[in-house]
Amino acid sequence: MATKILTEHINVPGIETFEVYRKQGGYAAVEKAIKTMSSEEVVEEAKKSGIRGRGGAGFPMGMKWGFLAKPEGVPRYLVCNADESEPGTFKDHHLMKSIPHLLIEGMIVSSYALGANKSFIYVRGELMYVIRILEKAIEEAKVNGFLGKNILGSGYDLELVVQSGGGAYICGEETALLESLEGKRGNPRNKPPFPAVKGLYQSPTVVNNVESIANMPWVINHGGDAYAAIGIGRSTGTKLISASGHIQKPGVYEIELGLGVDEFLNSDEYCGGIRKGHYLKALVAGGSSVPILPAHLITKTAAGEDRLMSYESLSDGGFATGTMMGSGGFIVFDETACIVRNTWNFSRFYHHESCGQCSPCREGTGWMEKVLHRIEHGHGSLHDIDLLVDVAKKIEGNTICPLGDAAAWPIASAIRHFREEFEWHINSPKEATQPGAVFMGAVLA
Amino acid sequence: MTETPNPVAFTPERLAKVKEVITRYPEGRQKSALLPVLHIAQEQWGWVSSEVMDYVAEILSIEPVEVYEVASFYTMYHLDPVGKHVIEYCRTGPCCLMGGEEIYDYLKQKLGIQAGETTADGLFTIKEVECLAACGWGPVFQIREQFYMNLTRERVDEIIEELSK
Amino acid sequence: MEEVKPQLIKITFDGIEVEVEPGTTIMQAARKIAEADESQGHLVPPAMCYYKPLPTSGGKCRACLVRVAAGSAKDPRPMPKLVPSCITQVQEGMIVENTTNPSVLDTRKSIVEFLLINHPLDCPVCDQAGECHLQDFSFEHGSVKTRYEEDRRTFDKIDIGPFVQLHMTRCILCYRCVYTADQITDKRVHGVMNRGDASEISTYIEKAIDNDFSGNVIDVCPVGALTDKTYRFKSRVWFSKPEDAHCDCDKCSGKVTLWYRGDEVIRVTARKNIWGEVNEFICNKCRFERKKTSDWVIEGPTKVKRSSVISANKYRKDLIAKPDFSLRLAASQFKPIDDEREYTTDIETVRHQSIENNDKANHRSLLTDNRN
Repeated sequence: MATKILTEHINVPGIETFEVYRKQGGYAAVEKAIKTMSSEEVVEEAKKSGIRGRGGAGFPMGMKWGFLAKPEGVPRYLVCNADESEPGTFKDHHLMKSIPHLLIEGMIVSSYALGANKSFIYVRGELMYVIRILEKAIEEAKVNGFLGKNILGSGYDLELVVQSGGGAYICGEETALLESLEGKRGNPRNKPPFPAVKGLYQSPTVVNNVESIANMPWVINHGGDAYAAIGIGRSTGTKLISASGHIQKPGVYEIELGLGVDEFLNSDEYCGGIRKGHYLKALVAGGSSVPILPAHLITKTAAGEDRLMSYESLSDGGFATGTMMGSGGFIVFDETACIVRNTWNFSRFYHHESCGQCSPCREGTGWMEKVLHRIEHGHGSLHDIDLLVDVAKKIEGNTICPLGDAAAWPIASAIRHFREEFEWHINSPKEATQPGAVFMGAVLA
Repeated sequence: MTETPNPVAFTPERLAKVKEVITRYPEGRQKSALLPVLHIAQEQWGWVSSEVMDYVAEILSIEPVEVYEVASFYTMYHLDPVGKHVIEYCRTGPCCLMGGEEIYDYLKQKLGIQAGETTADGLFTIKEVECLAACGWGPVFQIREQFYMNLTRERVDEIIEELSK
Repeated sequence: MEEVKPQLIKITFDGIEVEVEPGTTIMQAARKIAEADESQGHLVPPAMCYYKPLPTSGGKCRACLVRVAAGSAKDPRPMPKLVPSCITQVQEGMIVENTTNPSVLDTRKSIVEFLLINHPLDCPVCDQAGECHLQDFSFEHGSVKTRYEEDRRTFDKIDIGPFVQLHMTRCILCYRCVYTADQITDKRVHGVMNRGDASEISTYIEKAIDNDFSGNVIDVCPVGALTDKTYRFKSRVWFSKPEDAHCDCDKCSGKVTLWYRGDEVIRVTARKNIWGEVNEFICNKCRFERKKTSDWVIEGPTKVKRSSVISANKYRKDLIAKPDFSLRLAASQFKPIDDEREYTTDIETVRHQSIENNDKANHRSLLTDNRN
């Protein structure tokens, strides 16, 4: 049985209440950390665990904590990024609504580690019902002495604030999130300075994803080394995967990193295979931003090795034949999916979500969407394919924040792996734009 | 579709809530309360008119333009009057894979309106939104705080009927 | 003995060494090179959003992206991405490539393209033409042809106050006017509304920008988005003649540039440095109301770059005339046309060849196979 760090108790009835959560061993990590450990020791455990940021970038969390500047007399902040909006990703949503106290507990030990006395959980505004669940949980924790002044008699104070977003994917980018938290437009900041030096209210700040923080209670209870023992290589611990698309059992699954992609996709414990009567065509493994893979590169790498659910194995082959772990948004396409339509759909998303601050992203995302719209609706020319690749290349790496890259990669990879389908759309526009059209023997939806 | 009354004022309960929200942030950082306060305003008036935004600016001691800039940046704030129920329909890829587009067409046809429009009786407005982080349970739409998931034609019929009562 | 820290930082910019104070940006270091030696002016990265007098400006337009080939003497690794030179500070031993790096120039070309795809290109009827930074930027770094076939976004013109007109269609969202308003007043009334490519500079509810210094947003605007209504359609800028002048003003320094057509003052602006940046903001009274020569003490002709269209046919024609040696050089290299190809007069063929040549020039980068 694979280790469950986050979801072990998720199905226990009443786990959203303090009482039940506490009965299941909840808040033990707060007691252990605050009563028996120094904040440096907590940071040390996080470093030992090797846990990498679960929001998408995969940057080692302990190292990020280590960068936090600690000037005298300046408050430090921990901000939890719960602005989950990456298409294909719904793990944080699931975790927060099901077991809110796990995040609260993680926030307390992490804030203690960083020496923060006021921490924020920035939740996307659409999840207002989750905000209310979290606020209730915070109230319960406060009543029971785990939050507020002088926690467990230790002299450590912590106030936890849940902030609601207003509807903007870009606020998942950490500096845009901080701007938004300051009551401004979600425009990402130029870096440097990094939040670790100048973050919220110009003070040193750490921004971590929900899932990353929710791992901390387990890390404290069992030790960073025990966490690092799970998983494979530099991909330590477990990961929540949001599985959606044409599979038997969509949902959120906790896996040990290093699980075979084939097993995750086909075993009954997880996705349960492609829906009946259909076969695998493509996969987006880590949320809409990461490169899409065609069927033959999903369960095996280009070198013929088994592809594993780990940061390294998923990116094996670079952008030519690999993809990325990203946020763990596992979107499965069977043969009925139209890659051109899906690529257009994603490009519309990035166009809609671009903040408009820097010119390559503001102008480029709209341009790409319009060209893809043209191709999808039967008015494209072969020249447009090269144009798309070139525009994507010109956006990539030249923007203030990674949204430009996120907009460019899905398009570049879809063309790289499914160029024939784009060409077919252009050469046979009448058939290609009809539902039920047949492409390479497959009936498209 | 209600016009905002003049003068604009929060109900006493909401005003108390707003004041509590402002205390969450450090001294002098009351602007941080802007997004939550705009949500509270929208809860009261259904949408945020320029009068409401001016009022919010006054409460937070910031310039009105700072409120306009923010309210127009985020998609959740309705800057024009809307129907009683705003159906925020997810149009992003994973939902579409689950037949989201077909259900969407059905919904529009059933209500006889397009995205951004409101039914003649003022009950429903359709608004297209991007991913709602519920991809495994698609197709999805949201009305206020409520998520409606795994939509089918029958489910849409039920929901509309329920809300039309 | 402990070594005394050097006061200045030495960096190499396009192969030229320059010493600057700590905290200087790459852009300012490059400007320092050009200020010392005018012939190096072409090395300076273009700035469309950065504006030195506005401390928070910069980093947005990406026109000034450069490559850092070595981060510093201590850590000589190159930076993984191109960096905006306007907000990136120099480090001791940094090596920067601008005009010497083809990928930088290629990227810059695409930034021009991005800025132009939604620009109306209405220079023939735009008051800014001739002193437009976007025009210069496109001319120096852009391509002749556009690859954009879709509709361009448009907005209605609006008046913000009696003196300033906002023509949002031309705006490139540099945010300079917003920062200017932030700087000159605590009561900003205009800002950036909406987001993405629907963003616009606006007052949201039509409101006059009512401030004694509001006219300065016209001077900082790099394009013709904010124009002076008292000057609208009065003259092309190159038909007017700038003179430096000053007056005793109780609100501002009173140091301005008067723009003459004949004997008539048709416009008053703040004085700008060689980078097109305002030296000192001026008040609305000086700008919009003092339009008689008798209001001013004239100092003399404004120094205008010889390359500027504004200088055309005005100052010291003898300086502009070609010196002898270049004429001799031309004569020595002249040879009669020896092209023996058939002379085509068929208009269709000529047109076709011309398009083909253009395509080749513009789409060379597309020929590389992207499947690998």
